[in-house]
Amino acid sequence: MSVVRIPPVLRQATGGEREIEVSGATVSEVLDDLYAKHPGVRAQLQTPEGELHRFVNVYLNDEDVRLLSWLDTEVADGDTLLILPAMAGGAR
Amino acid sequence: MARSYQDLLAKAREQVPEVHVPDLAARREAGDPPLVIDVREQSEWDEGHIPGAIHIPRGFLESRIAGVARPDQEIVLSCASGNRSLLGGTTLREMGYEDVSSLAGGFARWKQSGQPYDVPHTLTQDQRSRYSRHVSIPEIGEEGQLKLLGSKALLIGAGGLGSPAAYYLAAAGVGTLGLVDDDVVDASNLQRQIIHTTDRVGMPKGESAKIAIEALNPDVQVNVHPFRVTKDNVLDLIADYDVIIDGADNFPTRYLLNDAALMTRTPLVHASILRFEGHASVFLPYEGPCYRCLFPEPPPPDMAPSCGEAGVLGVLCGVMGNIQANEAIKVLLGIGDTLSGRLLIYDALAMTFTELKVRRDPDCPACGRNAVLEFRDYDAWCAGVGSHGVAAATATA
Repeated sequence: MSVVRIPPVLRQATGGEREIEVSGATVSEVLDDLYAKHPGVRAQLQTPEGELHRFVNVYLNDEDVRLLSWLDTEVADGDTLLILPAMAGGAR
Repeated sequence: MARSYQDLLAKAREQVPEVHVPDLAARREAGDPPLVIDVREQSEWDEGHIPGAIHIPRGFLESRIAGVARPDQEIVLSCASGNRSLLGGTTLREMGYEDVSSLAGGFARWKQSGQPYDVPHTLTQDQRSRYSRHVSIPEIGEEGQLKLLGSKALLIGAGGLGSPAAYYLAAAGVGTLGLVDDDVVDASNLQRQIIHTTDRVGMPKGESAKIAIEALNPDVQVNVHPFRVTKDNVLDLIADYDVIIDGADNFPTRYLLNDAALMTRTPLVHASILRFEGHASVFLPYEGPCYRCLFPEPPPPDMAPSCGEAGVLGVLCGVMGNIQANEAIKVLLGIGDTLSGRLLIYDALAMTFTELKVRRDPDCPACGRNAVLEFRDYDAWCAGVGSHGVAAATATA
């Protein structure tokens, strides 16, 4: 099992959960397991064609999966997958 | 028989000849200056002195004179107005220094006569005291503190992040702070925007912050820029500053700042906040990744709620704003390891700090090798008008 960390803007889609235990051997499988548990997340992370949105970053531990093998990146037991959309808040 | 100060001065005047400013100036001009010893206190010396003069406070004159002058050497003593130098002259004559005179009118008259003088690049006595805890740190020291005093930081937003960042940078003695904000203080700001106060609700934020900063540290020059940053004003605005602290509340401004920072090669200290979560990084143009290497495209508006909509923990602003102040000081001083190449994520609820690696994207549309950097319509782009697709992204690449 690995863990997906959910950013604040997606927590509505996970019923407020911040960390979700998932199974899967690749990033793609892990995300599929996440969508199975919380279907509302899917539309916020990927296009209808199944591509991850460009404005969403996914990190395996501390490394951007874009620089690894993208959705085919292997996920090991105990790894953390971190979903990171940009945040704008600052002044108001 | 007791003798008054006036008696002593009169006696000294009999023993020690006086030289006048024009004579000393002429000797200097002729390239044949006598040795000038300034006997004032440190703080007086620091405010300015005759170029080339040697400083020995009068209290150390007897103990230190042998190290700087021979008994047969021509010496002109100087003080503020010409009295202490006369009295010092009698002492030196007693010690066998034959050719000692005193500058009539002292440094005050020298300065009034329009003669050149040096102001040493040192902290004043007040500054030595104010910044003593910085000066004690080897990585900063007096030199670093002087550097901070000569530095200029531009804060985008005098709100959640800008308030603590500006406050601490002001306390740290960053000499010039620019505050860009077109908003006024609202009661709902005070839960986190600690530079403002209840009695300043309704006042422009820049003005309010200026009052707080000037009360905290009179060394700091505050420039209030009461408008929004746009592509028309950003380059002029940035040109005067050494570092930009991004505490903006919206994506168009953040992407605009990123592009402008690249164009002007100005370091950009980033932070953003929402609820219990904060992000921080440092973007050093063309040395490390930029904001668009990290986030090539803005999220659609429904995935980018503002703090006004989603809320933010007040204390979180203090933590993240101070991380920005910390990074800005390191950038200004060139010390330590900044967050360049790293994104720091702080989860205040879980009390965890997570670091992610951020790498320069060789194909970054803003700083990549083939990037053609020009301003775009950031508002439309971030509102998702005909964008978020590959076409819009490549149009600027």
